Amino acid sequence: MTATAAPAGSGRRPRGTARSWAGPAFVAGYVLLLLAFGVLPIGYAIYFAFTDGGGSFTGFANFVTTAQDFRFVDAIGHVALYLLFWLLSLVVFVVGLALLLHRVSSGWAGQALRFLYYIPGALAGAASVLVWLFMLDPTVSPVSSMLGSLGFHTFGQVIAPGNLPVLFTVIAFWTGAGGWIVVMYGALNNIPTDVLEAARIDGAGAWQTAWHVQIPMLRKWIVYMVILAFAGGAQLFVEPQLLSLASVGVAGRDYSLNQLTYDFAFQMNDINGAAAVSLELLVVSVSVAGIFIARSRFFDAD
Amino acid sequence: MPTETPAHPIAAAPRTERERSAMSRAQQRTSRRPRRPARRTSYRLLAGSVLTVFVVFFVLPVLWLLLAATKTDDQLVHGQPLSFGSWSTLADNWHALTGFQDGAILLWLGNSALYAVVSLVITLCLSVPAGYALAMTEFRGRKTLLVATLVVMLMPSATLVVPLFMELNAVHLIGTMWSIVLPYAFYPFGVYLTYIYFSTAVPKDLLAAARIDGCSEFGVFRLVALPLATPVIALVGFFSFVANWTNYFLPYVMLPESGQLPVQVGIGTLLSSVPQFNPTVGSLAIERPQLALATLVAITPVLVVFLFAQRFLVSGMLAGATKE
Repeated sequence: MTATAAPAGSGRRPRGTARSWAGPAFVAGYVLLLLAFGVLPIGYAIYFAFTDGGGSFTGFANFVTTAQDFRFVDAIGHVALYLLFWLLSLVVFVVGLALLLHRVSSGWAGQALRFLYYIPGALAGAASVLVWLFMLDPTVSPVSSMLGSLGFHTFGQVIAPGNLPVLFTVIAFWTGAGGWIVVMYGALNNIPTDVLEAARIDGAGAWQTAWHVQIPMLRKWIVYMVILAFAGGAQLFVEPQLLSLASVGVAGRDYSLNQLTYDFAFQMNDINGAAAVSLELLVVSVSVAGIFIARSRFFDAD
Repeated sequence: MPTETPAHPIAAAPRTERERSAMSRAQQRTSRRPRRPARRTSYRLLAGSVLTVFVVFFVLPVLWLLLAATKTDDQLVHGQPLSFGSWSTLADNWHALTGFQDGAILLWLGNSALYAVVSLVITLCLSVPAGYALAMTEFRGRKTLLVATLVVMLMPSATLVVPLFMELNAVHLIGTMWSIVLPYAFYPFGVYLTYIYFSTAVPKDLLAAARIDGCSEFGVFRLVALPLATPVIALVGFFSFVANWTNYFLPYVMLPESGQLPVQVGIGTLLSSVPQFNPTVGSLAIERPQLALATLVAITPVLVVFLFAQRFLVSGMLAGATKE
């Protein structure tokens, strides 16, 4: 990913100019969807966030009202804590496991392991939550003795509010990590063998090779993973929503910001408040992504 | 595959320099044979056990789920967690599950398939040409479009669900399949992947040659670029299908009627009909093994696609890494 940047455009232009109609024709359909489902909803969110039910401009009133809602600060805390656990576990374990796999198991064993890690990815969404509701219910769980030794004897104890960020992290890691391990492993394979060979001849051991050669060369993939995982994690919805169904509202109700927007919009009929919270989430996620992109120059979009 | 390397961890030295200096420093060491085989064995043992622990973590719940569908609720609670029930119990569970609201689960599966496939087709028809044009042609606004695609790609889509609801409500699409099919069909990640693929894997000279031979612009795309793009088409198709199939929030908001639900939202309905999770449920109850079976049924298509597309995945997911 070196700078294909500067020379690329100039080298291409002579050929492209005569056929300038072709590009727009090919992108037309996509641009239409981009406007309808990417740009227009943002416009809607902005419009509704700054107006009231009658459509008159209200400044920041919606933001103030929603921020004063007793659930708002809690929801931010929940999502932030969850994101912290989720991103940390992802970076540490995905990179660690990919390095381990790359080093110790070759051939069919490595392939089988990667596939086994990857399988839970097929259970993304509601299915993973259901599976973990079973895993975490001591009456049916295959690891109920382990839960018991940790002091959890009823489902209610397991889903105590303090445990939820960890539980959601476990669920998200279970479904999501395998795919990223496959990606990291592939990226490790893309490191030219002569680089690793050079490190080996220079006497670098496993740790040194990993820390000084492999991890630096994985950096852009780690950044990529963190950005996408952040975008995914910030929209936490299905996990707490299903948990609240399974516990009759005891745990997981109004837990995340997206649940809150749903509640504002469809339970409290406050579309404007919902739009305000949506907009805040949007601004935060896009800024974080922007910072990552700028700092890492991951997407040097020529 | 990694070459066999002496895998003993060298005693930690202060590591402030970057890789190169570390290597040259290491060069000065004289002895670099695998001196301590015992240490190496223990290292491999440790690595092996870490990998095994994670295999258990990833596989055990799936295994449990497979077995749970063959048991009665009583066996689930009192029996061995990892034991097989019986085929006849599995059949009973299936009948009980399909009996729920007169075969609702089958209807939901059909809905999911319809929504996922229709959006997938639109996604492919629109995003592959778009990625191609972004990578291989020049036009005004190209760079803007590329940046917009990146930004939208990194935007959490669920935050737009409420504004999308208002927008689609204004054009009276709420409650129709288009209210989720069209938003699904908009898949910037697919455009980005095709863009990366074309700009790295397909030489521009190839297209130029076709043009000199008298090929039209559409012909170049159809006859030269498209056949080369099979891996990335499979990849975009895979990701799009999985994303469409597993989405929960959007259909949860857009589709009010039970008959329209995709299976992911449907199993949420089943969950709230399980007495152990929702004591207020009455005679319409679903038992836990039946819920496990429903979960299995709901993921089967994705699992099949997983097995089928695995070959494409690694090559495609790494399409970006080859962009040197």
